[in-house]
Amino acid sequence: MFSRAAYTTGTRAFRAPSFAQGRMASTQAGPGPFGADRKAAIAWFTKAAAGSAILGYGVSNYIATDERIAPLSKALSDSVNALQKKADDLGLKLPFTVAHAFSTADHGLHPPHYPWDHYKPWKTYDHASIRRGFQVYKEVCSACHSMEYIHYRNLVGVSHTEAEAKELAAEYEYKDGPNDVGEMFMRPGKLTDAMPAPYPNEEAARAANGGAYPPDLSCIVRARHGEEDYIFSLLLGYCDPPAGVTVREGLHYNPYFPGGAIAMARALYDEVCEYDDGTPNNASQLAKDVTTFLSWASYPEHDERKKMGLKTLAISTMLLGLSVWWKRFKWSYIKSRKIVYKPGKFDEV
Amino acid sequence: MASAIARTTYNLFFRRSSSYMVGIFASAFAFEIAFDGAADRLWDSVNKGRQWKDIRSKYIEEQ
Ligand code: HEC
Repeated sequence: MFSRAAYTTGTRAFRAPSFAQGRMASTQAGPGPFGADRKAAIAWFTKAAAGSAILGYGVSNYIATDERIAPLSKALSDSVNALQKKADDLGLKLPFTVAHAFSTADHGLHPPHYPWDHYKPWKTYDHASIRRGFQVYKEVCSACHSMEYIHYRNLVGVSHTEAEAKELAAEYEYKDGPNDVGEMFMRPGKLTDAMPAPYPNEEAARAANGGAYPPDLSCIVRARHGEEDYIFSLLLGYCDPPAGVTVREGLHYNPYFPGGAIAMARALYDEVCEYDDGTPNNASQLAKDVTTFLSWASYPEHDERKKMGLKTLAISTMLLGLSVWWKRFKWSYIKSRKIVYKPGKFDEV
Repeated sequence: MASAIARTTYNLFFRRSSSYMVGIFASAFAFEIAFDGAADRLWDSVNKGRQWKDIRSKYIEEQ
């Protein structure tokens, strides 16, 4: 009976009013769970917030006071500790956090954050700085550190021209061969050669550095916490050890190095390199440039990656806008539809 | 079809699936060139003086 009335209204029941009308109808708020309208809901929330604030203040100051809580928490932590000890004895691992004493002397002083401008999402490396940094590496660090994953060809189009890179490579002799009588021979370096290694092997490197191995610098920025900030701070962080700290013979005090005693002596001083582009050559400038160079060596894809990333974000934003529009376009008919109930005649039974 | 442009566009690209596909490929090609060009230009102006192409003139020797 009932259904007959609803469905006999024919075409008029599913009237689709214009888009604008329909949207207005759908944005009107009906009675919600927090009151008749928005004003009532705001009042409800305000009262609830004020009430819980007063309640919370009262409970924490007069009921759950420190004197009353302390014995409870002590009892709790005692029982957790007892449980932990039992588990330790049995060789089990419990999912509780264990408190550890933390000391910056053991873990290395946290380096401050420096405003590297290639940290900004829209900035490339400063390639002039990479070029100067390569010079610092070549003139200072390469005496002890290798960079076996950086080849002369990698410098081309980044910090040097092809002709310059060839010339730099040819300054060193590389072992090659065997030749047609089976002998190894020395030849000048080529673009495909890596940075020359200062020592033939790790043992030789350790022997020359009091037992410490100067790590390969190809990926050193990736390989250390604090990245550029750490390398920069380490290079300039040498100072006298604080009272009570003694440093073994052959080691140097540096608070940024975990443990504080590093086998590498301070390498950068004012004016140890001579820049040909007019940049001041004080120690912090040298450190900044060599760190930028090492950062490039660790992240050679950096510039391209950022550019691609920003393009991807731009395209995705456009696509997001388009899909929102498309959804609303497709839904406008459904959102603005009104179902009208028009009672018809009832058949009495 | 309100304007002549709209009518021509409709007849040229939307009327048949084959021309619709051609239209999609052609506009993707055109959009890619325009977008990449604009983005690269913006990128280079934001990073003026920082990239290799900005400093290479100092080091390159013309033959
Ligand atoms: C006299 C040789 C020598 C020179 C020159 C030298 N280093 Fe070192 N470097 C070492 C040694 C040895 C170690 C290992 C230290 C250790 O483990 O105690 C080391 C370690 C390092 C480390 C790793 C520190 C860590 O957290 O483990 C970095 C980074 C580093 N050097 C960067 C440089 C840079 C950059 C330069 C050039 C400015 C440079 N070094 C010049 C010998 C040298």
